[in-house]
This record gives sequence, C-alpha cells and structure tokens, in this order.
Amino acid sequence: MPDHDRASPHAPGRSSCRSCWLAAPGLLWMGLLFLAPLGLVFAISFASRGTYGGIVWEFTAANYLDLLHPLYGKILGQSLWYASLTTAICFVLGFPLAYVIARSPARWQPVLLLLVMLPFWTNFLVRTYAWMILLRQDGLANRFLMGLGVVDAPLELLYTPTAVVIGLVYGYLPFMVLPLYVAVERLDPLLVEAAWDLYASRWSVFTRVVVPLTMPGIVGGCVLVFIPSIGAFITPDLLGGARSMMIGNLIQHEYLVVRDWPLGSAVSFVLMAIVMAAVVLYYRHAGRTAETLEGR
Amino acid sequence: MGTGLQRIGLWLFCLLALIGGLSACEPNPEGNSAESRPVLHYFTWSDYVGPEIIQEFERRERVKVVVDTFSSNEELLAKLQSGATGYDVAVPSDFMVAIMIQQGLLSELDRQELPHAALLEPHLQALPFDPEGRYSVPYLWGTVGIGYDSAVIPTPPDSWAILWDPRYKGRISMLNDQREVFGAVLRSMGQSMNSTDPQVIEAAKERLLRQKPLVKTYTSDHYDQLLASGEVVLAHGWGGPVARAMAERPSIRYVVPKEGATLWADCLVVLRTAPHKQLAMRFINYLMEPDVAARTSERLRFASTSRPARELVAASTRDNPAVYPPPDQLDRLEWMQDVGRGIRLYDRAWTELKMQ
Repeated sequence: MPDHDRASPHAPGRSSCRSCWLAAPGLLWMGLLFLAPLGLVFAISFASRGTYGGIVWEFTAANYLDLLHPLYGKILGQSLWYASLTTAICFVLGFPLAYVIARSPARWQPVLLLLVMLPFWTNFLVRTYAWMILLRQDGLANRFLMGLGVVDAPLELLYTPTAVVIGLVYGYLPFMVLPLYVAVERLDPLLVEAAWDLYASRWSVFTRVVVPLTMPGIVGGCVLVFIPSIGAFITPDLLGGARSMMIGNLIQHEYLVVRDWPLGSAVSFVLMAIVMAAVVLYYRHAGRTAETLEGR
Repeated sequence: MGTGLQRIGLWLFCLLALIGGLSACEPNPEGNSAESRPVLHYFTWSDYVGPEIIQEFERRERVKVVVDTFSSNEELLAKLQSGATGYDVAVPSDFMVAIMIQQGLLSELDRQELPHAALLEPHLQALPFDPEGRYSVPYLWGTVGIGYDSAVIPTPPDSWAILWDPRYKGRISMLNDQREVFGAVLRSMGQSMNSTDPQVIEAAKERLLRQKPLVKTYTSDHYDQLLASGEVVLAHGWGGPVARAMAERPSIRYVVPKEGATLWADCLVVLRTAPHKQLAMRFINYLMEPDVAARTSERLRFASTSRPARELVAASTRDNPAVYPPPDQLDRLEWMQDVGRGIRLYDRAWTELKMQ
C-alpha cells in the first residue's frame, strides 16, 4: 500500500516493534483457532469420503472437479444474485436512514442508533421464525395488505425468493447503516453547502460531493452486507422453504445431510475465494478513494 | 465527533459478544457442575421430550439433564462422526441404529438394569436391526403417511399419487429427509424403499423433480403448524405431528397410502463415549416406565413401544390411527434399512433434487 510510507513518520518504528509481544496472544488465538482449522478444511477438501461419511485420506482433486457440474454454477449464480440484490436494497434503504441519523441533533443520535441495533438483542433464529409468522397466508403482512385493499387474495409470500430477500435485507440492514452513519457524520456539511452555493443541482450534489466523500462507508457497508448474505443458510432454509439452495445451504447439506465433508470443504473454499475477492476489491477501492481525496 | 466512532465500536463489541454466546452451546464433556451434580447429556429430536419428564428425573436422581437436539438421522450421525463427544443417550431411528452399531458408536446395554424395557409390544420385540436388543431399546414408533385437510380434499386419498396432483400446487409439504422422501416415491412406484438399484433411484429422482414445483416446502419440523393454519392441505409426514394438527384443526385426517409406507421406531441407545453409562441406563429405564412412557406418548402423539403404556393412554390417543397404527396396516409397512454403499446413490439424488 502506498500510504504506508506516509504513515510511518507518525509511528516511531522502534517502540512499535518493542510492543510486538503484545500481539502474541492475538496471533496465537488466530493461529490456533482460525488458521489451523482453515488448513484442516483445505486438506479435507482434497480427501475422499467414506461410505458412511467421515474422511478417507486419499488425495484427489475430484471434489473441485465435481463443482464444475452446471448445477453448482447455478447455485453460485443464485447466491450471487440474492446477495447483490440484498446489498442493493440495503443501500437504497440504508443511505437515507444513515444520513438522517447523522444529521439529527447530537442527543438523538445514540437513541436512533440504538433502535437500528435493537433487533440484535434477540436471537436471529427467533426473529426469522417471527418472519415466518408474519409472512404466512393468514399472517400480519397479508392481513395488512388486504385491509388496505392493495390485494384481494392473500399473496404467496412465505417460501418464495421474495421472502428470502426480505429476510436477508432485514437481517443485514444494520451492517449497512452503521458504516454509512460514520461516513456521513464525518462528511463536512460546509462542503455540501459550498456545492449548493456553486449552483450544483440536487443530483450533482449527491453524485459528485456526497457519494465520493462517503465512498469508504458505502463500500464498507456493501462488503459487510454482501459477505454474510452470500453465505446465509438459515434464511433460505426457513423463509425459502428449503426449496432453493444458496451456497451456504449447500455447505450445510454436504456436511450435515449427506456427510460428504471433502465436497463440503471444497465448496467452502470456493466461497472463501469469492469473499476474499470481494474484500481485496474493497481495500483496493477504499485505498484509491482515500488517495484521491487526499490528493485534492 | 470521535465519540460516534467509539460508540459504534462498543456496539460492534456487544454484537460480537452476542454472536459468540450462540456458539457456546456445545455439550460439556466434564460431567461435574459446580455443585458436583452429575450431568447427563441427552441428544434427541427437536421437541421430543416433555420438560416436566426431564425435571422429574432430575429431582429423583439429583442430577442435571442437558437436552440437545437434531432434526434428522443424518445430522445425528454427522455430529457424532465429527467428534462430538459427551453425549450419553441418543435417539436414532431403526436403520441409523444399524449404521451406528456397524460404526462402533454404541455401547452394549446391560439388560438387567432395564426391567421396564422388557415389556415391549409383541411386534416390536426382536427387530431386524438389533434382534437381541444388545444396543437399543425401541422407544416410540409409528408410520409415515399423508396428513390432509378433509375440508379441502373431500374424497379421502388412499395413494401417494395425491402428492403429484397439480390441483394442490403450492399447498403440499414434504419431509426434509432424504430416506423418507425417496421411501414414499419408491413405494408409489411399487419398489422397496431400500432399493439400491441406480436406475430405480434415478427414476424416483425424476418423479420427485416433477413434483418439486408443486411442493411448498420441504420440512421435518413444523408441518403440524402448516397443516393447522391451512398453509398446506397435504403434508407428507410422521403420524404424531399430524395428530397434533388434528387437535387444532379437526378437519385434518391421516392416511397411510395403499402402496405402503415406512414403519419406524426411534430407539434409545447409550453412546460408546458416554461419560455416565450407569446413569444413562437409569434414564432409559425411567423413560420406559409405563406412566412416563404414556405421558410422553400423550404429549408428542407418538405411540409408545411399552405394552403397559398402551393401557394408560387416553382412548382418543390409542384409537387415533395417526398415533397408534391399526394392526391391519402392519403388513403394508416396511422398515427402512441401512443400504450400505447404496446410500451414495440417495445422497447424490437428494442433493440434485434440492439443488434444482
């Protein structure tokens, strides 16, 4: 990263290395509980499965070759689609919300943020079950729509792709709002005022001032929503009726239902590669935005 | 402005702490709690035991019982194979008992310690998967069939074919259980549900793929609620949940199709790695006590294997064909068996069905 040199004069080199040992517990933790299991999963992804499940240590690349089957491509495509749609909807819903929170009086902000975070106080599974009750044929959502006269007959909501996306957006919206809030809070209102003074239209104020200046928050929020939604499995299982799989369901299915751990591990690694690509993209992008901003 | 960031850091920390709390549900292999009461770990199906039954045993034996649940036989096996230890008693079904014996996961039972387990219904003694009862005690038993709403489906169905009827598109639920779903379609094709013929299983998969657009959901957990709320009008399922739906919606009926269906028995077993084998024996014996077994049967609406318990349950339970299969049904029912290497065929076909 090019920022590195610029940052170093601020942090005295020697003392930072002397305090290196402080990182030891963290490194040990990551090494033992993250990297070692990851290595094991990687090794298993090249093993074979036993008749009743379990692992037979015979090297094979068959698990990865199996994934070339078009059905796996379909699941991957479906997962990417669900995750992208969820991210887009979260952004459209989350940006104005974050903007309003960040621009509201300072004493209200903690309360509003608390409200955004409130759902996390309840178990995710319980909240998903609540959605099942809401989306049922005689559920609150349908009764509300019929009461308003929007629809005559109850809509098929539960166990449809729509229900999956509703569940995903509901679950991950706070992950979008929080980074956006931070970005908007940092945005200097004077810059927006300056743009108005220079006769920028509403649209150009938004696209040429607000969006570029809050880009790190936008990208951060999108990554934070995209990554958990592409790996989601509870939502598609409960709200989608286990009829269509996302990649998370496939991994769960391979591990817990058909007990093909090697194939499950291979799928996990493919998913991890996608997530990794998304993160790298994020850092590239965030880095570039930071540079252009500083360049100005 | 910096306080905003700090606040967010705090929130994220709370969030992570919450997520971390969820993963702390692993069974604890150390049997002794702070009060040094022994802890028995019971691994069973979700909603398969009444809390008051557990509490009574805890009081009587001055122990603590931790209940952990699974939702399919495959999940049970997968969790045990992945090295989950610390469980004392588990409840696999018939064919899974055979697999677990073969995999060396079970501990031999001391029949001397299990007087109540000797009083089984005559036809549930010497079952094919464990003829001498060395490893397992049948606990609850029943059939798999179709629960339907007679208010919507006026002519009582008698065949699996009703689950392929396009008139009920989007109002059908199937079990989320590979052997049961394939069992139903194989019987409807006039085949054994234990077939290992690749062509037969392929044909069964094709039939299930044709059915899939009609299916609202694959679920093994809450089809009783779906039936009771009218969300589905046809549910492939175990008799017990259908009987529970009847209590809420009297128009619900249960049928075991004429082509035949599964006869099942969930069995109490002690795991080879069980930390408290003696206590596990007492627990199994307790669950088989006629009074306890009858109360369990009433609550879950599954038939108890205990002969004396049959006399203790309410007549309405005993006479409900969804709970206690009538004797004339037995000859068209089939035990599910361990299909050995053939399971790979089912695994693959089930994965392809679910992926489509």
